[in-house]
Amino acid sequence: MAAPQPRVISLHVNNEKHSLQVLPWVSLLDALREHLQLTGTKKGCDHGQCGACTVLCDGKRIISCLTLAVMKDDSSITTIEGVAEGEKLHPLQQAFIDHDAFQCGYCTPGQICSAIGMIGEGKARTRAEVKELMSGNLCRCGANIGIIDAIMEVMEGGTHE
Amino acid sequence: MNNTDYVRVASFDEATRLLSEKEGHQVLAGGTNIIDLMKYFLTTADTLVDINHTGNHHDIVETESGGLLLGALATNADTAYNPLIESRYPLLSRAILAGASAQIRNMATNGGNLLQRTRCYYFYDANSPCNKREPGTGCSAIPGYNRIMAILGTSEHCIAVFPSDMCVALAALDAVVHVSGPGGIRSIPFSEFHRLPGDTPHLDNNLKAGELITGIELPQKGFSSHYSYLKLRDRNSYAFALVSVATALELEGNIIKDARIALGGVAHKPWRSREAEQYLVGKPAVRESFAACADIILQNAIPYTYNSFKIGLAKKAIIRNCLMALDPGSQLPGAQPSL
Repeated sequence: MAAPQPRVISLHVNNEKHSLQVLPWVSLLDALREHLQLTGTKKGCDHGQCGACTVLCDGKRIISCLTLAVMKDDSSITTIEGVAEGEKLHPLQQAFIDHDAFQCGYCTPGQICSAIGMIGEGKARTRAEVKELMSGNLCRCGANIGIIDAIMEVMEGGTHE
Repeated sequence: MNNTDYVRVASFDEATRLLSEKEGHQVLAGGTNIIDLMKYFLTTADTLVDINHTGNHHDIVETESGGLLLGALATNADTAYNPLIESRYPLLSRAILAGASAQIRNMATNGGNLLQRTRCYYFYDANSPCNKREPGTGCSAIPGYNRIMAILGTSEHCIAVFPSDMCVALAALDAVVHVSGPGGIRSIPFSEFHRLPGDTPHLDNNLKAGELITGIELPQKGFSSHYSYLKLRDRNSYAFALVSVATALELEGNIIKDARIALGGVAHKPWRSREAEQYLVGKPAVRESFAACADIILQNAIPYTYNSFKIGLAKKAIIRNCLMALDPGSQLPGAQPSL
């Protein structure tokens, strides 16, 4: 059997159109990190158990490790590199700083992308609901209290985007 | 994962044709389970057949008989938050939202949820003998660390559990699985879709070669007044159930007219006992009735070295969840215990 050939796919990443050549089994995570050098999105477990690789795909939060890049041909992807407006941090980025919502910082890009997705979904109102709907993002340093504090502040501040 | 090829198909018929023509083709929808399995080399594919762009089976529509048809490709999140599901089948919504994470629910499809594989440690460890992964090699869980394994419907060949939450609610609601394949279309009652391990634990369900799930039909009766889903696990969220219970009750005053109780985390398929449900009919909706019902459900349970706790846990979970079903408004996010 002939070896599978690379595909040319188009990804709109952080409002910039990229054309890239990927083999069929390359994950979206590896495509972002290795092909586009967008290393803000982190590889934690690579098996959908930690949420470090969370990105927004057409506005919805997904885990990029269990997504093949070829599945997302022509999709719009937002990574942590694309959430600030120029030098102005996204409100969640600022809130994470203000609330000490990280120690090592490895889970932070996934946490922030996930929180942006969650706020967009509009299903979390209470702290208990935020905790439940953020449970797909693990923080092994134990900064979870700061993370939930940061998200609650942004939600209560009315930055529902 | 192996160097798989990839093809997008425009219809389910095209997917069926590809699956029938060549061995080694596997269906790709949400990808949340198969890509994980492929990364561990627990399954391989010559070609992944991507059915996400087929243009049908994505919607949730009303049926002529007053129920709903959930498209196989509707995501778990879109299903759980669908206003018709939330209002008419809140048990299903609760169960879906107790499973996986928000990100995974945004990706995973309804059809894929039914087809996910067990998370038995030994199935996932390619170095361990496993009759489900490699028939005839033996079961490592029976003599091994079997705390998360089954207590009902097991066999000497396999004691793995089926991990879905959504399917526990679908079992309780008497859903019907619609499939299409080389032999045309057919419908499978939910209780006949998944299999017990018996001496063929490598078969999780009764789909035939080349068959695809097209949709899941919910009958009209949604038990939206008295329902509850309770999920008990090692952490508060984002973990598979040790024991879960879906309860749906129809009451007349305080007397039970109809009862459905399905368990997750205890068997190779969502577990229902018609005998126990029948016992409840005509009884008052009180703790004593539910306790007697729980005893019936667990009467044939077989514990293994490290999971005997599941018998007592399941009984208490059934009682607790039936009481929670009397007051669905008391439920907490993530199907945690309340009341």
